[in-house]
Amino acid sequence: MNYLSRFYYQYRRVIKAIQLYLLIAGPGLIVMIADNDAGGITTYAATGAKFGYALIWFLVLLGPVAYYVQEMTVRLGAVTKHGHAEAIFAAFGPFWGWFSLIDLSLVNWLTLITEFIGMTAALSIFNIPPIITVIIVIGIMMFMVIQGRYWTWEKLAMFFCLLNLVYIPAAFMVHPSVGSILQMGIIPNFPGGLTAVLVFFLMANIGTTIAPWMIFFQQSAVVDKGMGKKDIPWGKLDTVLGAVFTVVVAIFIVIVTGTVLYGMEIESAAQASTAMMGTYPLVGTLLAIGLFDAGLLGAICISLASSWAFGEVFGWAHSLNNRIREAPWFYAYYFFAIITAGLVVLIPNAPLVLITLFVQVIAVTLLPAALVFLILLLNNEEIMGEYRNTKVQNVVSIAIVIGIISLSTLYAFSVLFPEIFV
Amino acid sequence: MEKFDPTGKSESSEGRSDGFLAKHFSKFIEINKKYAKPQIKMTPMVRIALLGLRIYLIVLVLVLVYKFFTLIRI
Repeated sequence: MNYLSRFYYQYRRVIKAIQLYLLIAGPGLIVMIADNDAGGITTYAATGAKFGYALIWFLVLLGPVAYYVQEMTVRLGAVTKHGHAEAIFAAFGPFWGWFSLIDLSLVNWLTLITEFIGMTAALSIFNIPPIITVIIVIGIMMFMVIQGRYWTWEKLAMFFCLLNLVYIPAAFMVHPSVGSILQMGIIPNFPGGLTAVLVFFLMANIGTTIAPWMIFFQQSAVVDKGMGKKDIPWGKLDTVLGAVFTVVVAIFIVIVTGTVLYGMEIESAAQASTAMMGTYPLVGTLLAIGLFDAGLLGAICISLASSWAFGEVFGWAHSLNNRIREAPWFYAYYFFAIITAGLVVLIPNAPLVLITLFVQVIAVTLLPAALVFLILLLNNEEIMGEYRNTKVQNVVSIAIVIGIISLSTLYAFSVLFPEIFV
Repeated sequence: MEKFDPTGKSESSEGRSDGFLAKHFSKFIEINKKYAKPQIKMTPMVRIALLGLRIYLIVLVLVLVYKFFTLIRI
């Protein structure tokens, strides 16, 4: 009897903990899964096709890297109740504030275009013309915010996060050899040596793991959700689970393309999906659905990251709990960004490849600043109090930030001057 | 008869331009004033980090400008 009552007590505790987590869950999961956006899916698909399973170990390492950076935004948002843009203005003054805000809006708008490129390419596989795709996407994004409730927006976003898992059944359908995955993918190795091509792929994978918009988005989402200091442990758990999800999805994409398209030069995820259609039509379809979903999730988060940042700095009402008439400027910026980005994709002969390359370079101007500000803020006792970084956290996060800045800068240089890296 | 204005602006047009500027830039001025004094304590670590960032960005912008001009020349 005693055993039964103890079991029931433990069971109730677990159920309560899960219920509490479900209330807090959201920002961490969404930001991490949205990290696998259209550009990310393309990078993973190309990595699998080029190197097979050989770089899976590297993707596993990127999970903790993403967690360490994003976890800091949870603490900063929960303690200061300010988004990252506002925190930069307040802590470092107008020069760095304007630099971050303008750079963020430019990078995010260009990244939004790349998300639209991915989504239109994905649906064109099903013979849906780009204009219909753009209208559908804008319609979905308007519907998500028009309710005037953060909760509704978050749950809809989490539904799209779940859709991102289509790559898992897709991987099982191509019957990969588990033995080969374990043998080739788990032990760190550099297939063919540390060549320029391999370094380029490693840098591209890091570039997709941490993007400037993620820092701004998660901090603002934590504030908009109303998370406080007591919710920090749950926010961390949310971010851990998100990091696990994002790595698992990335690995399964690599498994799919590494099994079926190994040795092929892949330039876009849509190309990988089309190539699959011949041998595995269902897998190709799932890949296309996944690409559309990834682009949509990325677009949702990126456009909101900019709107939140402008709202915070300009003092506009800027919560998803506000209706459109209550926060007109916040929603006007949100709609302006998505509509103009969608229209760019529809321009005949628009330099879309150039835009995609340009995004990678411009993002490098903002990422170091956002990361350095994050660490400086997290080390300020007056701002963070007992939630400031510990020595161990500082050693790890500074090493990660130096690594990310070095490799993303190298990546930008390799895009600007490819002849140096041949 | 209206007086000649060497700046090319009449008093009324200047007034209009002040109104325009005030209307469109007052928010920016207000934001600059609000955040004029950085809250963060300028420790040596903060100063070094900000200086490093400035140098990094200047170098990056110079590289981008160089790339832009070499592209135009082609």
